[in-house]
Amino acid sequence: MKASKVARYGLLVALALVLSYAESLIPPVGVPGVKLGLPNLAVVFALYRLGAVDAWVISLIRVGLAALLFGNGVSLAYSITGAALSLLVMCLLKRTGKFSETGVSVAGGVSHNIGQILVAVILLGTTRLAWYLPVLCVSGTVAGILIGIVSALLVKRVPELKSK
Amino acid sequence: MFWFRSHRGDVLLIAALLTAAGVLALGLFLTRRDGGSVSVTVAGETVMELPLDADGSFPIDTDGGHNVLVIEDGSARMSEADCPDRLCVKTGAIRWAGESIVCLPHQVVVTVENGADGGFDAASR
Repeated sequence: MKASKVARYGLLVALALVLSYAESLIPPVGVPGVKLGLPNLAVVFALYRLGAVDAWVISLIRVGLAALLFGNGVSLAYSITGAALSLLVMCLLKRTGKFSETGVSVAGGVSHNIGQILVAVILLGTTRLAWYLPVLCVSGTVAGILIGIVSALLVKRVPELKSK
Repeated sequence: MFWFRSHRGDVLLIAALLTAAGVLALGLFLTRRDGGSVSVTVAGETVMELPLDADGSFPIDTDGGHNVLVIEDGSARMSEADCPDRLCVKTGAIRWAGESIVCLPHQVVVTVENGADGGFDAASR
């Protein structure tokens, strides 16, 4: 692996981790799972600037480290499923070419929440969590719009890193 | 306005998601029914069944920690929890069949079960 790539992964993973931490400081609102998804800024940026593979590497390392630093085994199950489903949907949507960063990150936010509900259904052994779906669908959409707008700005404004 | 034209896909996607959420919420709201009792499960296993018409407070002690469930005025709420985020306490009271309070750190779920004559009550409310 080229040193420039290692450095870029390091930068973006560090950034995503700081954003995870920043988000953990925001007090939770009444419903579990309602959150901004700040680390997704780094992932969307990586997806557009570097590519799908790099976004996967950064996202998975971020999830693993965040679980080690701020979470536990149970929170890892939630975050890894959310992150993987969200990135899968974002990659597919980006490939269609019909959506901008905003649409892609909205889909990512909502699918992240759906992934977490799926884990909750499995871990808690109850399918009675349907009441959370509409709330998390709306909150994921709103968070996705905000993250998408900021990501689009970043993708446009952050100067290209010179490699080689 | 230019943004809307250049982001047609995004706008359609957002509208579709919000509509889906609205339809789902409306569907859940219209089919809501009064609950007769609440069931308390810990890690998928039912540990308590409590009727909603008998007031009282019920401690739930698990390996994860300590919660207190309070039943009053036909609804159930979590009054105490020693988990870090206390989301279950902030969830507030539940009374409709299918509603639940979830405490993720302790793997505790409190769900309202169907009442025997719940459907008629809800419709006449």
